[in-house]
Amino acid sequence: MYGKGILKGLGVTLNRFMETYLDDISWWVRGKKRYNSPEGIAHRQSKNTRGIFTVQYPEEQLLQPEEFRFVPFLVHDGDDKKDIRCTSCGICAKVCPPQCIWIVRTNDPQTGKPVPQPAEFYIDMDICMNCGFCAEYCPFDAIKMDHDFAIASYERNVYNLEKLLKPASYYAEIRPLNYTKEEEARKAKEAAKAAKAEAAAAAPAA
Amino acid sequence: MENKYEGLNLPSYNIPEDIQNVVSITTIDRLYNWGRRWSVWPLMFGLACCAIEMIAAQTARYDMARFGMEVMRPTPRQADMMLVSGTVTKKMLPSIIRLYNQMPEPKYVVAMGACASSGGPFKEGYNVVAGIDKFLPVDVYIPGCPPTPQALIAGMMKLQEKIDKQSIKRVRWYEKGKVDSNYVPMPILGPDLIDVRRSKEFEAAAAKKEGVA
Amino acid sequence: MTAPASTTTIDASAQLSASLVARFPDSVTADARPGFSGFIVKKENLVEVATALRDEFSFDLLSTVTGVDYIAENKMEVVYHAHRTTGGPGIVFKTQVDRVDPIEVPSLINVWAGADFQEREAWDLMGIKFTGHPDLRRILMWEGFEGHPLRKDYKEAFYEEDVKPYKSRWPEGNHTYAEFKNPYRDNVKLPEGFSLDNYQPQTEDQLYFSLERSSTKNDAGHEKEMGDHMVVNMGPHHPSTHGVLRVAVELNGETITSLKPVMGYLHRNHDKIGERNTYLQIMPYTDRLDYFNSMANNFGYAVTVEKLMKIPVAERAEYIRVIMAELSRVQNHLIFIGMLINDLGSMYTPSLYAFEERELILDIFEAVSGARMMCNYFRFGGVVRDIPDDAMQKIKDLVFDRLQAKTDEMERFLNENEVLVARLKDVHVLNAEEAIRHSVTGPCLRAAGVPYDLRRADPYSVYDRFDFDVAVRYNGDMYDNYLIRFDEIRQSLRILEQALKQIPGGPINSQKPQYQVRVPAGEAYGRVESPKGELAYYVVSNGKPNPYRYHVRAPSFVNLTAVETMCKGVKIADFVALLAMLDIVMGEVDR
Repeated sequence: MYGKGILKGLGVTLNRFMETYLDDISWWVRGKKRYNSPEGIAHRQSKNTRGIFTVQYPEEQLLQPEEFRFVPFLVHDGDDKKDIRCTSCGICAKVCPPQCIWIVRTNDPQTGKPVPQPAEFYIDMDICMNCGFCAEYCPFDAIKMDHDFAIASYERNVYNLEKLLKPASYYAEIRPLNYTKEEEARKAKEAAKAAKAEAAAAAPAA
Repeated sequence: MENKYEGLNLPSYNIPEDIQNVVSITTIDRLYNWGRRWSVWPLMFGLACCAIEMIAAQTARYDMARFGMEVMRPTPRQADMMLVSGTVTKKMLPSIIRLYNQMPEPKYVVAMGACASSGGPFKEGYNVVAGIDKFLPVDVYIPGCPPTPQALIAGMMKLQEKIDKQSIKRVRWYEKGKVDSNYVPMPILGPDLIDVRRSKEFEAAAAKKEGVA
Repeated sequence: MTAPASTTTIDASAQLSASLVARFPDSVTADARPGFSGFIVKKENLVEVATALRDEFSFDLLSTVTGVDYIAENKMEVVYHAHRTTGGPGIVFKTQVDRVDPIEVPSLINVWAGADFQEREAWDLMGIKFTGHPDLRRILMWEGFEGHPLRKDYKEAFYEEDVKPYKSRWPEGNHTYAEFKNPYRDNVKLPEGFSLDNYQPQTEDQLYFSLERSSTKNDAGHEKEMGDHMVVNMGPHHPSTHGVLRVAVELNGETITSLKPVMGYLHRNHDKIGERNTYLQIMPYTDRLDYFNSMANNFGYAVTVEKLMKIPVAERAEYIRVIMAELSRVQNHLIFIGMLINDLGSMYTPSLYAFEERELILDIFEAVSGARMMCNYFRFGGVVRDIPDDAMQKIKDLVFDRLQAKTDEMERFLNENEVLVARLKDVHVLNAEEAIRHSVTGPCLRAAGVPYDLRRADPYSVYDRFDFDVAVRYNGDMYDNYLIRFDEIRQSLRILEQALKQIPGGPINSQKPQYQVRVPAGEAYGRVESPKGELAYYVVSNGKPNPYRYHVRAPSFVNLTAVETMCKGVKIADFVALLAMLDIVMGEVDR
């Protein structure tokens, strides 16, 4: 019969149309919230999603996986922005594919020797390609990729040290698994170092 | 004189208490901006990778229709906003300028992604324009490579905020005597891309180089 | 003839080498440089040798033509890679000429029509003149552009140093815009003493003359009225050209009489930037080639460099790579179908359904790699990180429970639709002979009845361990081209099911994480079956941290060579659908 194919196709669209309401009803019957709840968003991101699966940003937001990366930021420990993890070793600047990282090193005013702390740190966010190499190869866990994507502005975005710094607690919040893993590794390293120092101290005594 | 009426068009304007129930200054600006902010029609115009995220933002999951931005117009004559979504190459630039000049006022330009904002990862390339802002007045820059659809929507909301702040008295498209204030002359594809507004400067630089050599 | 069987053994290639040198003792020598392979052919005999390779040795598919600028030796080399559509390893042959302009090499367009665009690209970017090429215009840059950018002595306007990393970033660290370092304060480079007043920009006459105007005379030899012929430019801003492609079409009424694609509107200088980058830095740039399938692009590049470095890949990583590449293929073909229907005029509904599944697949990419589209997930010897447990569960959910059903639904939705069938059925795309002659690869070739799929023809990674069929259809019309995408989705799901069941534990990289890899001198040609066709990388290393030559053989670009043959004589409305059939992505066409 001519037109059968079209009717079949329309059946699919009708089915899809109904599914939204069926899904809504099933959530309502179970007394749960399909909209504006983390559970509902997770459902709409899962294999079971059917019907409308719109996530209504900005009221709702997609659940971001831990590894999500947008632009880099620098990590500092403590509350004030003094205790910067970065040592200005330059690996991130060297590995950066579009070369959008500039690091000004600090020199000790008396001796003139380099101090392991950046005097200034620039990242041109409008060149950054979000590849994540800087965070991946940083040996000090000092530069990480951010989850915050709503950074559109009316001006070109060149971030300096002040703007790049975010506390370690923020990092722990957006990437809990990575943070714990790194902290454990660091503690193990420190413990090994202490044990080594102890052994070295004990050795001449023996 | 002017300061006295500053912010008169904003919802937050502090109406003196004694006349609060007497006057309503909701004003034509708010109505005007409200109408425009919820009907920003983008030009259906994709350049590169970002265009795919732009399409994704139009699809069911992100649904830009919620912002009145779903009507992608392939013709510039009916579009309000040019979403420069991707790397602007020198070869492509004359076409983009032509499209922009054909758009009617009020028109907005949003630089989506690193490439459109500054040339991005391809900035060093010989065929890449280092940012569309060299030629067009950019209203919002959205970083990211590419910005996720949600980041794009966040940028669009930024644009809406900008629209909100405009006043019908001061917008450039109602100014008298200023015809086509935003007209951009067409660049020329010669031995390299020549911005005709800066051609004298370029010639001087080319001559200087010769002098040094 | 002595053409060896298509088995992947060293014996076969040694035998081939012997028989080829025996056939042309004066003009063919083996390439003896350490790390290099193949043959060096004298340029005088190039056409003769190529013809023999095609006819006697059955290398019927020309894969790549590209140039290498050996500036130190004052040589320009043209490198050709040819393959057999019956499978097996390919052959590489080169010809060398002195690096003195004009650099002239005979064109192979009459042997393999697929050489057309690639030779034009080599002329545009390297300045190699192919004598005998009927239409040797610039292809990526515009006519009148100064210089040939891929030559080693070409310095772009924002040139800083020959190779990255730049010292101005670290240790110097003085942040300044590149604009301020350039005398023109912009990404511009003009010849000395340039003046706009006496400059006449080149017109596009050459393009319009290249359209076949033979039709101005009718069969009887009388001048036809030009009134019934009309040149239409589609693009670069056109909703149906899938990006910034421009096509100059000559029409007789509504019938296409001649057509030339014009590209380069998204030429982002991938090769030039690649040669400044270190090996690792290229990886995220490959994401931006075919931006629908960053995983497949990563795959090809990783395979190539691993070949060059001669390192193994961790077992688990091989499976992860296959899983990612196949998921990528599934979403690519779904989008293809959605976009095709869009181009046919059914706006949005099917593509919205396709995008739904794509979003779910992109969620997986985001969970494993951190980004939806630009994954940057592969590293030399493995992948960046293991698949997190929840993401693994989600992949299984999708593959075992959802994608199959949704593909069925999509087929039910569209396959029998009378309008669709009427538009697609019996509109000829390509037959096998035309497709091979124009070096078309991928689904378009397979829909013409040639079962050439690199996952079978020249297996890479662990594809030889899976049980799957090469999807083939035989009519070569649009409907077959459309149906074969569903076949491929099903085969991909089959591979995914097996890979997910077999995936072993263990490390995900055979190497230590390092940002500076050591690559021995030599050349490597790695190819993978990307969803669009044969994606290949040609990398020449001179032992330094940056590649000496880096070239991408992009399937979309080479497939476009056939577009003129495909579209001659069809109606303009079908042209849009035919272009959609090639499944081009401009990021890959223009690079």
